Amino acid sequence: MWIWYKVLYALIVVIGGLAYGLLLGGISRKITARLQGRRGPSVFQNYIDLIKLIRKRTAISHGVMFFLAPMFRLLGGIGVLLLVPIIANNTALSNFSFGGDLIVVLYFMVFGCLGMALGAADSGHPHSALAPTRGLAQMAGYELPFLLSVIGLAIAHNTVSLSNLVAAQQGGILHWNLFQYPFLSIAGLIAMLGMYMAYPFSVVMAPQEIAVGPPTEYSSTFLSFMFTGRSIFGVGKYVLFMDLFLGGATNLVEAFVKTFVLFLFVVFISNVFPRYRTEQAVRFFWTYPLVIGLIDFIRIFIK
Amino acid sequence: MKDNKYFLDDKPDKISYSEVWQKFFNWARAKSLWVVAYGTGCGSIEIPPMVTSRFDAERFGVSTVGTPRQADVLIISGYLAVKTLKRVIRVYEQMQSPKYVVGLGACTVNGGMYYDSYNTVNLVELYIPIDVYVAGCMPRPEAILAGFAQLMKKIKEGRADGWKHYLDNFEQYRKNQEKIIKNWKIPNYNW
Repeated sequence: MWIWYKVLYALIVVIGGLAYGLLLGGISRKITARLQGRRGPSVFQNYIDLIKLIRKRTAISHGVMFFLAPMFRLLGGIGVLLLVPIIANNTALSNFSFGGDLIVVLYFMVFGCLGMALGAADSGHPHSALAPTRGLAQMAGYELPFLLSVIGLAIAHNTVSLSNLVAAQQGGILHWNLFQYPFLSIAGLIAMLGMYMAYPFSVVMAPQEIAVGPPTEYSSTFLSFMFTGRSIFGVGKYVLFMDLFLGGATNLVEAFVKTFVLFLFVVFISNVFPRYRTEQAVRFFWTYPLVIGLIDFIRIFIK
Repeated sequence: MKDNKYFLDDKPDKISYSEVWQKFFNWARAKSLWVVAYGTGCGSIEIPPMVTSRFDAERFGVSTVGTPRQADVLIISGYLAVKTLKRVIRVYEQMQSPKYVVGLGACTVNGGMYYDSYNTVNLVELYIPIDVYVAGCMPRPEAILAGFAQLMKKIKEGRADGWKHYLDNFEQYRKNQEKIIKNWKIPNYNW
């Protein structure tokens, strides 16, 4: 019987994550518009876009991987969201977190990008074939500081379970990893900017440069699946970073506030920077965040 | 799938739902119009002010995309040369239904000031279906926004069915197109 409760909770989390992710996207568009001195679209614009996309016609075929890639993207997003505990040790909202969930989350985060790369390369459009090469190079860039900070935290707290990591950060704001291990957190948060393809690191989608990047050939229902996957994946990553650095959450309001603060961090940085080229981005990731992260990494070993 | 795997030659089916759903989807379509960023003539200079800070078309849900696959609206911005018409047809056929076309300026209505040129298409409607005309030479961004408001009204009422007309009279349209484009080397249809 309990398995059906699990399925029900998972459905609620995925649908709630989608609604929240689309709303965040709308708010992001609104903030961008206000910073540019425009009125901007309604914050619910992304819901309307999604409804429209679902019911557009699709008659493009580029082979099997072309059809599978949006599914991979969606699956990667749902996988991340369902593995990270939104509220640790809560029956409904701790999701499918278990002893070694951190390792599986790291795998799932790459899964969607790789599926997307295969699909984009299969779609036969030069722009969408060019984008994955940039994306995978940039991924090699930000994965290094991100893994450094995650492994550093795992060694420091002697655990690979996100629930245990959250439990280790309880007891006041100064127990958060953001203040306990500030340099690891800086490395992780800069890597987060790369993951969201926020503006200094936006060379993958690169609007106005290579059309719209990987999904150039994707339309209608395919695009709606990608849109869904990206929204869910985005929320999943915010929750993951909340668990890693901001001490997790003990109730839903706290979770909303903390993920929203992380979201604002990404959006405001994204709106004031121009775009790095691929090799500039990789060089940036492999120098500043990596060296900053190493300070804490060494401190953990000496302790 | 035919010998060329990148093009489907079959014609698409028409979409039909119950009336309530149709109204709901029409509302969503009207509220979210993605314009393919493709300028054909001098009128395309009026598009950047329309989408940027001064006139801000995004507040109506009108935004630009870089690829015809994801676009809903094609703007014929100004006069069409025979050479451009071929590209316009290819872009239009790559867009996914339901799709709409907005004709900007006097040139799309009757050739405008270039009506007696050897190279200008005078009646664009013979070659692709146009849902909304915006008259003027050139129309200001306000006029284009008014044209978009007209298009939204048509879509909501379910009257913006130029793409259905194109499907129904495909042979006739193709005949007209082949009459003025001499070296016809594109696939029969790239849906």
